[in-house]
Order: sequence, then C-alpha cells, then structure tokens
Amino acid sequence: MNSAIDAIANKNNQSPLPWALWLRQIGAIFRFDLRKNFLGRRAILIYLLAMLPLFPLLVFAFVPANYKNFNNYSLIYSVLYNGLILRTLVFFGCAWIFMNLFRGEIVDRSLHYYFLSAVRREVLVAGKYISGLVTSIVLFTFTTVAAMLLLYLPSFYSQSMRYFTEGAGLTQLLTYAGITILACIGYGAFFVVVGLFVRNPIIPAVLLYGWEWLNFLLPPLLKKISVIHYLNSLVPIPVSEGPFAVIAEPTPAYIAIPSMLGVTLVVLVIAAYRIRHMEIHYGSD
Amino acid sequence: MTVAGDQLIIFDNVSKFYGEILGVNRVNLQIAPGITSLVGPNGAGKSTLMNLMTGLLRPTRGKISLLGIPTDQPEKLFRKVGYCTQFDSFPRGLTGREFITSFLLIHGYERKRADDLAHLALEHVNLVDAADRKVAAYSKGMRQRIRLAQAIAHEPVVLILDEPLNGLDPMVRAETIALFRKLAAEGLHLIISSHILHEVDMMSDRVVLVNNGYIVAEGNIHGVRDEMEEHPMQILIRCDQPAKLAAYVFAQNHVVEAKLHDDRRGLFVRTRDADGFYLLLNRAIADGEINVESVAPVDDDMSAVYQYLIGTTE
Repeated sequence: MNSAIDAIANKNNQSPLPWALWLRQIGAIFRFDLRKNFLGRRAILIYLLAMLPLFPLLVFAFVPANYKNFNNYSLIYSVLYNGLILRTLVFFGCAWIFMNLFRGEIVDRSLHYYFLSAVRREVLVAGKYISGLVTSIVLFTFTTVAAMLLLYLPSFYSQSMRYFTEGAGLTQLLTYAGITILACIGYGAFFVVVGLFVRNPIIPAVLLYGWEWLNFLLPPLLKKISVIHYLNSLVPIPVSEGPFAVIAEPTPAYIAIPSMLGVTLVVLVIAAYRIRHMEIHYGSD
Repeated sequence: MTVAGDQLIIFDNVSKFYGEILGVNRVNLQIAPGITSLVGPNGAGKSTLMNLMTGLLRPTRGKISLLGIPTDQPEKLFRKVGYCTQFDSFPRGLTGREFITSFLLIHGYERKRADDLAHLALEHVNLVDAADRKVAAYSKGMRQRIRLAQAIAHEPVVLILDEPLNGLDPMVRAETIALFRKLAAEGLHLIISSHILHEVDMMSDRVVLVNNGYIVAEGNIHGVRDEMEEHPMQILIRCDQPAKLAAYVFAQNHVVEAKLHDDRRGLFVRTRDADGFYLLLNRAIADGEINVESVAPVDDDMSAVYQYLIGTTE
C-alpha cells in the first residue's frame, strides 16, 4: 500500500530529509491553492482591488496633453505608487489573499482535509505561502507596471518610449515592480501568521495599516519596526511626507532587502510552529 | 491471540479538556484489527476520541499511537490512516473526482497513480457516474460517500469513520456495511462511530461504549453483556408447555424470573448464569419433558447493552 509515496520516502531516507517528496507536495498544494486564489469566488474582490489604481489613470488618459506636463510624471507616479498602490492596494490585497490561505479554510471548514493528508504541516505552510505569493505578485506587479504605462503612454507616446528605452524609465519600472514583489513577500508572511493566530484578522490588519501610515511621524528607531520604511528606502523617486515628518536616513538596499527577507523567514517559522500545534475546532471559529 | 504493539491503536491514559469542559477522561484502550464501533449518546466523546486518534486534537494528558506512530506526525500517520470526519464541508468549486485526486496529489502521489486511485475509490462507493459533477450539487448521501471515498482512496490500513452511514439510503447502507466487512476481512482496522445500534450489532467485532467522556465498557458485545452481572440475561424459549418449563427452571438458584409469553406459547427466563441455564434446558429436552421450538437471548445485543449501561436507546 502507498507504494509510490513509500518509495519516495524510502529513497529519501538515505538522505537526511525527503526533499523530493516535500517539493512534490509543495507543488501539489501550490497548484490546488492557486486555482482557488485565481478562480474562486473570493478572487473577484482581489481582481477589483488590483484594478482600482487603473481607473483614475484611465480617466487621466483622456485629459488633453496640453493640460499635462511630462516632466512631472515620475513624481506623479511615485505619489500614486506610494499612496495608492503600495500602501493600499498591495497592503489590503496581501491581507485578503494571505489571511484567507488558512482562515478561509477554517471558515469553509475544509482545513482538516489538509491536516488529514500525509504531509508535514510545515510543508503545508510553504505550499500555501508560495501560492499566495504567486497570486499577489502576478496581480499587483501587473497593476504596478500597467499603472505606469497607462500614465505615460497615452499622451506622450514617443517621449515615453524614449524614456523607457533610453532613459531611466525602465529602471524605475523594474524598481517599482521589485518593491511590489518585496512588499508581497513581507506583508504576505505577516498576514499568514495573523490569519493563524487571530480569529478576526481585520483588527490587526487595520492596526498595522495605521502604524504604516503613521510611520512618517515616528522617531527613526521606531520607523525601522515597519515594512513601509524599508520599502520607501528603495523607491527611486522619494515623495515628501509633509512638514510634520520626522526625517530618517533611508536604509540602503543591501540592508533593506536582506532584512525584509530575514524577518519574513522568521515570521514563516512562527507560522509553521503554530500550524504544527494547531487543532481543528470549527465550532469555536 | 496476542497482537503486536505496532498493530494496535493505543490510548495510554488519555484525557482531553476544552478549557474546563471535559472531552474524554483517562482513556486506556488497545484496539486490534477488525471493526470496532464507538457507541454513545451525542456529546459522549466519540468524535473527540476520533479527532484525538488522527491528530486533529491533541491530548491534554496521555499518549496515543496508531500502529506505533504518534499522532503528531501526520506525514507518517496518514500514509496508514484514513479519516472520514463528520464535517459535511468541502473545498469550494471541485468535482468529486477533483476533490479526491487533489488530496492524493498532496499526499505525494504522481498524477497517473492519483487518477487511478481516485477512480478505484469512486468505484468502491458507486460514485463513478457522478464523479465529474461539482460536489456542491451532490445530495447528502452522495457527499457522505465522496468523503468516504476520499478517506479510503490512499488505501489506508486504519480507517476511522465518524457516523459513516448518516444520510445513506437503506440500499447504500447495506452496500457500505458490506464494504466495511470486506475491508476488515482484508486485515484493516475500522473504527466506526454510529448511533444505529442494530447496525453496530451487525458489523462490529467489538464495541467501545462511551458516556460523558468516559469509557463505560469495551470488548465483544456478548462478552460485555456476559460481564453485566447486575442485569440477568433474558432468554425466550418457545415450547409446547411453558408453564411446566417455568416450574422446572424456577427451582434453580440462578433463575431470577420466569414469565409466560402473552401468547402462552413461550417463556421468558431471566438468569444470572446463561450457560447453566442452557445445560438445564438441554437436560429437560433430553428427558422428553418438553418440546422446544426455539431458544433465543432477548437482551444479548447492542441495544440492550446500551440501554443497561447508558440508560436510553437512541
């Protein structure tokens, strides 16, 4: 019985850990959850959210070119990216996607099917996290890129093309996309854990949202206990945070990126520990 | 017959509390292969025992192992164990076949093998025709069967089934019981909880009676019944001279009651020593005193045991 799995497990018993089996299981969980993330009923909200920043830009595209100034575009995009895409869309989008990875299964009373499979619960966390990551990165990186192109191309096409092919445009575009990916990685891990520990994840999400928005008022040391500080440090065109902002040195990319990834790893270990000891109590959830 | 520890399901002084509420207390059990039924009223602790066995719950105290595998190692445990829970819920948007195949893939099977196993499981529960319809459109009985198929698809050696006959029509119930018997005959452990006492009687090799979180009795139904000395065994003898038989048996110390049947063609006897009574009856028949048509114990079944030990039949 179970000869196929046992064969893999036995083969892997010769090495310290059964990586081949784990990778196969992560792949299966990833594909299963990816389908739910993109095609499930819950996906509609996330599609709408991903489209949100594109609507004002679509309207803006119809404003005649003589009312616009190409030289301001990089700053306009930076403001739009900071205020709408990064702090709102990516934040709440990640909250929705990643909290639902486990909380959604609890609400649907289907988490036990995963728990009753011959899979380490740490592997389950990895598979689900990767599926959330791919979903959020695909949707929000698309929005990041589409928003920039929608701002630039309709009114000053030839100038914009030169900007993207010969000027700083492409570098900026890729940097913004990279920041979006990093935000998905960081916020995603945080929201996975929140979804595992808190019955109503909206409250911690709103608290974190407030903390991230008030980041500009915080003293330099406290600024560093936030995701947005590290992401802002990477933005190619810094945006003024107003007269009340407490100025702090941006963290260099070679520190910001590994720090974010390191904290993400720690947070995922906490999630794995939590799920390893989790019981099924649908009645109380 | 002694069964090795790695073939047993062992509860070693297990207690489970939900905060201050008792789930089960001081459970010591050793369950051998065959069909074991967990019987008890609602809230007795049957599902708690099953959830503990499968690691969905963790014991507050004590240890549990299935075939030598601790329940906190799902990656090993569920290669051997399948569990059909009472939760009537499913991941959204899947057909019956996708539901089974998806979790086989998560188990680690390759696509082709997963497809084959899923098909086999669907055949076992007679759901091949409906396999490509969405589970959300299934009737209650079909949902019950697809969950059963999911539990058996990876060919476990221990099958734990929480009220598996709920919602099934009589025909399918009979087929499902036959399937359980077939699996048990192949050497599987089947742990089944059920409210339907006559079905428990029909299919179980042994029973575990649970009430208020405690194990009230366990073992073969007849063995459990025999040990209930405070409830003398009731036997109905159909014969031509019940009054004469009553006078004959009533002289025996172990016979506590003899009552004529309403149709006056039979005698109810309550005895503390059923074996002694049968010997006595044999002697009476051999002496040609009476002609006996049939002899049958009246309360040597699950319903009676349940009623005596727990108080009410459900």
